[in-house]
Amino acid sequence: MSSLLVIFIIITYLSIIFYVAYWAEKNSKSKWVNNPYVYTLSLAVYCTAWTYYGSVGLAATSGLKFLTIYLGPIIIIPTWIILMRKIIRIAKGNKISSLADFISLRYGNNRFLGALVTIVCVLAIVPYISLQLKAISETFNVITNHNIISNSILNDTTFYIAILLAIFAAFFGTQHTDASERHKGIITAVALESIIKLVFFLAIGIYVTFYLFNGPSDIYQQASLLPNFEAQQTINGLEGGFNWFFLSLLSMIAIMLLPRQFQVTVVENEREKYLKKVTWLFPLYLLLFNVFVIFIAWGGNIVFQNTGVDADLFTLMLPLKSGNEFLALLVFLGGFSAAISMVVISTLALSTMLSNNLIIPYGFLKKYSTSESEENTESIKNIRRIAIFSLIVLAYFFYRSFTLERSLVSIGLISFVLIAQLAPTFFGGLFWRRGSSKGAKYGIIIGFFVTIYTLVIPFTIDSQLISSTFINDGLWGVEFLKPYELFGLQLFEPVPHAFFWSLFFNILVYAIASVSVVGNYRERNFAEMFVDSTKYAALHEDAYVWKGEAYVKDLRKVLTRFLGEQRTERALNLFYMKYNIDKNTQLADARLVNFSEKLLTGSIGSASSRILIASVVKEEEISLPEVLNILDETQKAKESNKELKERDKQKDEFLDTVSHELKTPITSIRALSEILLDNEAIDTNTKNKFLTSILNESERVSRLINNILDLEKLATGKEKLDLKLNFIDHTIQKSIESVSQLALNKGIKINSRGVQNLQVFYDEDRIQQVIINLLSNAIKFSTENTGLVAVFTNINSNNIEVSVEDNGRGIEEDDLISIFNKFYQSKNQTILKPVGSGLGLAISKQIIESHNGIIWAENIKPQGARITFTLPLKTN
Amino acid sequence: MKKILIVDDEPNIVMSLEYLFTKENFEVFIARDGAEALEIAELKVPDIILLDIMMPNVDGYQVLRLLKESPKLNDIKVIFLSAKNKTSDIELGLQLGADKYITKPFSTKKLVNEVYNLLK
Repeated sequence: MSSLLVIFIIITYLSIIFYVAYWAEKNSKSKWVNNPYVYTLSLAVYCTAWTYYGSVGLAATSGLKFLTIYLGPIIIIPTWIILMRKIIRIAKGNKISSLADFISLRYGNNRFLGALVTIVCVLAIVPYISLQLKAISETFNVITNHNIISNSILNDTTFYIAILLAIFAAFFGTQHTDASERHKGIITAVALESIIKLVFFLAIGIYVTFYLFNGPSDIYQQASLLPNFEAQQTINGLEGGFNWFFLSLLSMIAIMLLPRQFQVTVVENEREKYLKKVTWLFPLYLLLFNVFVIFIAWGGNIVFQNTGVDADLFTLMLPLKSGNEFLALLVFLGGFSAAISMVVISTLALSTMLSNNLIIPYGFLKKYSTSESEENTESIKNIRRIAIFSLIVLAYFFYRSFTLERSLVSIGLISFVLIAQLAPTFFGGLFWRRGSSKGAKYGIIIGFFVTIYTLVIPFTIDSQLISSTFINDGLWGVEFLKPYELFGLQLFEPVPHAFFWSLFFNILVYAIASVSVVGNYRERNFAEMFVDSTKYAALHEDAYVWKGEAYVKDLRKVLTRFLGEQRTERALNLFYMKYNIDKNTQLADARLVNFSEKLLTGSIGSASSRILIASVVKEEEISLPEVLNILDETQKAKESNKELKERDKQKDEFLDTVSHELKTPITSIRALSEILLDNEAIDTNTKNKFLTSILNESERVSRLINNILDLEKLATGKEKLDLKLNFIDHTIQKSIESVSQLALNKGIKINSRGVQNLQVFYDEDRIQQVIINLLSNAIKFSTENTGLVAVFTNINSNNIEVSVEDNGRGIEEDDLISIFNKFYQSKNQTILKPVGSGLGLAISKQIIESHNGIIWAENIKPQGARITFTLPLKTN
Repeated sequence: MKKILIVDDEPNIVMSLEYLFTKENFEVFIARDGAEALEIAELKVPDIILLDIMMPNVDGYQVLRLLKESPKLNDIKVIFLSAKNKTSDIELGLQLGADKYITKPFSTKKLVNEVYNLLK
């Protein structure tokens, strides 16, 4: 195919992508832009040119091992519904714009740590970007039959493509100064590219499997005749198993911590609920992508055996070899899509880190704290634009000056291992309160150098294809220091080996340093917030404890420098509304300080924002216990608020019942009186009956009112108990006398032989009220003439028990506790409503409790109920 | 002769209503809870029911729901007679298909008028 034609196609294709991004940015509210599918597809930026060509290459040379890169993600993604939700929630709540910012904030707005993470990411990812450029360039040469790599940059198509990508990323990546804002144009374009690369890859897979060969079994049969086939397609015993395990673990970390993945998954997340779709759709995408890898690899091995064709290029060479140029073009475009998505998102993520966590906090803070808002936002954007260009140009020169002879996969894996050095700090920070910034710093540094020693240096030497004593005999000839077999560990292949040792030292140092050095209060406060994110999420601006002195006008000045007058005004108004604060307040409280800090974090990173805000507020040091205390109290205040509401609700319910209970007798009184008034000719009998009812109902009303007042007095403690030494048997006797008429009417006997004589401190009137209430209940529920009611006492070492029991039908088990509630009516109540206000037992309970006693109900055998209360023998 | 069913667990309210409608020449039936009300309704198919809401076991709302489900009984006019006077309670009662909601305490004359109105 002629290069001009291919260039023309590339430009057309890029124009389409640019247009889609432009359209999405303009229509950022459209449902085509905001949906879980676009989000999920954008995550597929994980599948780069490496997947497109490298997986096939790896499958062709080492069998099934390529799967580990996708196994890790597929295993970990279902847990995202909890894990990633937590991360996203923290990131959103604090306007975090990158992995570096996340870590820097967690360890107390640590400026150095943010910069360190940024540097590790840049070192890990730039070669990886150059790998994508290499893939574009190589495949371009293959498809246009160019075999000579042009020596002049100006003749190299890849250079122009790289510049176009930089323009794209710079234009769509810096629409907002606040980097925690979503980049909808770029994301929509990436989602589209994810569809394109998958469809074209499936096309080539189907073509190879079903057109070049007669289906999977045909390929398998032919491939199984090749030498080494068996060995390649197995895990290779325990040793191989370890390699598989660590490679899967590595990719598990990569899917979460690669800067571009953090960007698309966390920063670009619009709604948490999109994660639900991700949990099944994204693994499905990865599975689909990998279905044909092994067949293309086998097909390539069969077709190209002994021809020396680079296995990484099988995907492209297979259609070319069979003369299908159109399909080859599709493959080229698919790989091209995969590469440019990766380049764009990676540079976007890295440029944010570079500006917010390295360049601004270390170089521009002074300048920003004096100049105007428009200059500042423009300057921030420019820093990011320059960063994007520099990164891409750097990657381009990296690819030009190092002949990357090694396969795509190896460089990708090295970058995975470097990124994995952030894992202990990151996950430790999420789940371990004690994880400290010292631990994080030293852990990352040691892990980084172990990786350099065990992987980057020997790999670079290897790629020069010179034999070296360093690799074969170890540093200074010390066997134990052999980079690929450190401390004599021979179990692993180089990548898992480096991964194992680097993480081993990383975690060890992180843990030891964290345990032995306690972080400052600021760090511990953020640790609490991150680890207990669900608990503190509701606190918002209250979650960071701050004490000191600050003026609103100072904070406003700082905010205006970055947001401009209008946005600052709007943000502050919203804040005042949220917390119901007077607009003219002069002194800023902790919430406003935190809020301002967050507002700036998106634009200049958490460390810089912290420094800027700290420059205008006077902060007092707080001790760690104090931090935890205040956090706890704020939490409790929230809870007690809830309790208050609950109590309000209960009060409402109580009033409802009271009004209902009062209205019922009044209804009868009114109806009966109206009838008497309207019917003069009513017979005397009926008239008397009605009048008696009216009297009874009136008594019921006054009894109810008295009881309610009584209960109120007791509950609020308005009435003082008249505590005196009284004889309990006297009190009981008096109570029995006052119900004797009631008992006599019903033919019920009251037995008080079990009552002992003892002097106890209590309010006699009140206790008599309780006993009378219990006795009349007992009489009420006993059957006429056969009913037996007994009162007796029991003296214990520190209290006296008074019991009243009957031989009635007992109390339903469900009701034993609730009968003491106000207005409680059993669900199992029979038709006849017992006479009473429904408050008697509630009042009794209140009286006994104010005497420091308890009251309870139980059923007795063979039948009947017993209610017992206690009175303490000693009173103070 | 029109048949009326009075459903209430307060004996004195029942007594007054019974007197009132006997005098108006109604055939009066009495139920003291929801379950009994349904039994009698099924048996006697009254023209109108005066229904209390707060009753033990089956409450008034439930009674109305069950009445409306029965093809035989869903034409019976129903007046809720309840001390519950919150707007939400009244709305619920009317939504369930009651013809009228009268709050306690009520005027006897007005009640009798409403009953006649509904039976016209």
